[in-house]
Amino acid sequence: MDFRDTPEEAEFRAQVRAWLAANGQKRNSADETFGEGLDDAAKLAAAKAWQAKKAKAGYAAITWPKEAGGLGGTPMQHVIYQQEEAAYVVPGMIFEVSIGMGLPTVMMWAAPELKARFLRPGISGQEIWCQLFSEPAAGSDTGGIRTRAEKQGEEWVISGQKVWTSGAHFCDYGILLTRTDWDKPKQEGLTMFIVDMKAPGVEIRPIHQMSGDSEFNEVFFTDVRIADKYRLGEVNGGWKVMLSTLMQERLSVGGNLPTDLHRHLIALARKCQWDGHPALEDARVRDRIADAYLQQQGVGLIISRGLTALSRGKTPGPEMAITKLVAAKAMQDISAFALELAGPEGMVGFEALGNDWRYMQRLWLGSPGARVAGGTDEVLRNVVAERVLGLPGEIRTDRKVPFRELAG
Amino acid sequence: MNFDFSDDQRLLQEAVCKMLAETSTSVEVRHVLEGRKPYSDGVWHNLIGMGAAAAAIPEAYDGAGLGYLELCLVAEEAGRYLAAVPLSSTFYLAAEAILHGGSEAQKQRWLPAIARGELIATAALGSRETYLGQPALVFDGKTLNGTLPVLADGALAGLLVVRVGDDLVVAELKGAGVTCEALPSLDPTRPYARLGLSAVPAEKLAAAPGAVVAQRVLDGAAVLLAFEQVGGAARILDISREYSLERKAFGRQIGSFQALKHKMADIYTRNELARVHAYYGAWALSSDAPELARAAAAARVAATTAFNFAAEEGIEIHGGIGFTWEMDCHLYYRRARHLGQLLGSEHQWRARLAAELIKEAA
Repeated sequence: MDFRDTPEEAEFRAQVRAWLAANGQKRNSADETFGEGLDDAAKLAAAKAWQAKKAKAGYAAITWPKEAGGLGGTPMQHVIYQQEEAAYVVPGMIFEVSIGMGLPTVMMWAAPELKARFLRPGISGQEIWCQLFSEPAAGSDTGGIRTRAEKQGEEWVISGQKVWTSGAHFCDYGILLTRTDWDKPKQEGLTMFIVDMKAPGVEIRPIHQMSGDSEFNEVFFTDVRIADKYRLGEVNGGWKVMLSTLMQERLSVGGNLPTDLHRHLIALARKCQWDGHPALEDARVRDRIADAYLQQQGVGLIISRGLTALSRGKTPGPEMAITKLVAAKAMQDISAFALELAGPEGMVGFEALGNDWRYMQRLWLGSPGARVAGGTDEVLRNVVAERVLGLPGEIRTDRKVPFRELAG
Repeated sequence: MNFDFSDDQRLLQEAVCKMLAETSTSVEVRHVLEGRKPYSDGVWHNLIGMGAAAAAIPEAYDGAGLGYLELCLVAEEAGRYLAAVPLSSTFYLAAEAILHGGSEAQKQRWLPAIARGELIATAALGSRETYLGQPALVFDGKTLNGTLPVLADGALAGLLVVRVGDDLVVAELKGAGVTCEALPSLDPTRPYARLGLSAVPAEKLAAAPGAVVAQRVLDGAAVLLAFEQVGGAARILDISREYSLERKAFGRQIGSFQALKHKMADIYTRNELARVHAYYGAWALSSDAPELARAAAAARVAATTAFNFAAEEGIEIHGGIGFTWEMDCHLYYRRARHLGQLLGSEHQWRARLAAELIKEAA
């Protein structure tokens, strides 16, 4: 038992460190974000420039084969790069869907000429991809989508609506799940396509989130035409393609919880007064500091076990689902308690209360989204119960029914 | 990154697991529960014979000379099978106190007898919580006088390590001047006794200050007990899960109801958090890392809450039958509580954890 790198891992880490030191900009504080002060267009241009640099060095798609533009590296090397990059101010959530979902799906399912067309511009960030699965009537139940694709000659005509599409407003292409047969049961009538996000009939509307940000969009399709050669997999074989996309996530050892939340809590509790004493002296506050540590360190250690599996060439198991389950709720609980430290003043926005409060206030407003995104707490509990503990699946009444009857 | 035990360590764990599955059965544990024997002597004999109990005692003192990582895995199995033996008193506390605080002569005198199973020992290293009052003990340099109101395994032990003021004092308990009264225990598989000492020959452990040694031993014991708790918590989840697949209500296996699925997912989640904190504690203990105080407190709190939760909800999952004497659920309910109180309550350790975190953040 030992937390150190193997000699090979240490060597790779040293290379990454040297490259980042020469090319990146070190982070000054935990909540410093990329491109602060730039407008959206300038921020995107800067992000693309960074991605191009990273791709040239081979770090944009570490686990991909070299012939596809990757480094031919191991999942562990990917994780090492991520760990090191975390100390730098880099674009967040711009290329993740391209590299993690869109392009791997193209790599698995598209014809050679399409791979040649899309992979390199995608890796280098010239083109950005989004994922179009969720719909207003199909969230956790992705098989219930209703966006329609109808064949007309050598083209497909798409109509319908997608939702919760990250970054659709700056994306160039998307992988799009559609319904092509309404008389088959829900998961058997689906087909996947590559869609040009700038095509006529594609309309993108930002979603105004409860946090005030707009990271996600609704995407409307009105008679959008897609040539048949952009189909991924068989007609009505879209469910299988989608599962292969989501399988890519199994190698990510997920559940990002900042590792310094208890320190933020301690710093704030030093400055707040309870009954004329620093709140930090109060046993109730100290209990919650201990709780914060137990949750975040626990998540970090579970991830370390996942990394140990990766380091030994194994795939982390479905038990990794608990990292997100614990992390998202912990974020909510810890940030809510941070606000409580200031009592009635805790509701005053950081703009007036002080920058010390920015991090926890943003976390508090963002955490409900974290609990829902990528599987709600309830869906994840089902995953743990069924896939880890082997308990029976939910009773389903929709498995054998033609989708037309369910959608009626 | 290698945050796991080695294959050799897992082999030892499997051997201990197999032995305990065969010998520390429900029937055997109930013999102790119902007062037909004071402890599981056969299980104790096996744990000694395999070199499992003395895994962390060096070979120079007739131990197995393996290490703490091995002892942690032995502890996990002892917890899983509710072994009714004085493992924690003898090996996590008393032997460790002598190993860390004793002179060479003191180690030679007692550790081989402990490692060979000839001597059961116990320790009272100080508690911050009391109702009956702190032990009223006087050590005059040669003899120990006074009473210990509550001592785990007090009636089994032939040797006592006790904190008197800032010193650790060791005394043999089989001679004249020792009175021992067994106390009823909420977990009768783990006994307590009241000890009276009158002019009992005793000596100070060499290392000073004893309080520092005591804290180091308590931290180590917190990690080892966390493994017992993790083992017990995993087992009661297994038992509850199996029952939920057998029992039918409203035409279905009760384990198919989401309310129970989610409850078991929550138990599993807490168990896994406890497990990784225990592993981290094992790493800190075995590498003598400066993080030991923090890691041990975290392991103690996470494992205490996880085992109590699993044991409480285990009965709930079983329903009425879980409340009967014949089902084993209450054995886990009792053991979880015993392990969680033994080294001081969860609240003391939570406070210790917070103090460590605040110290580190300063």
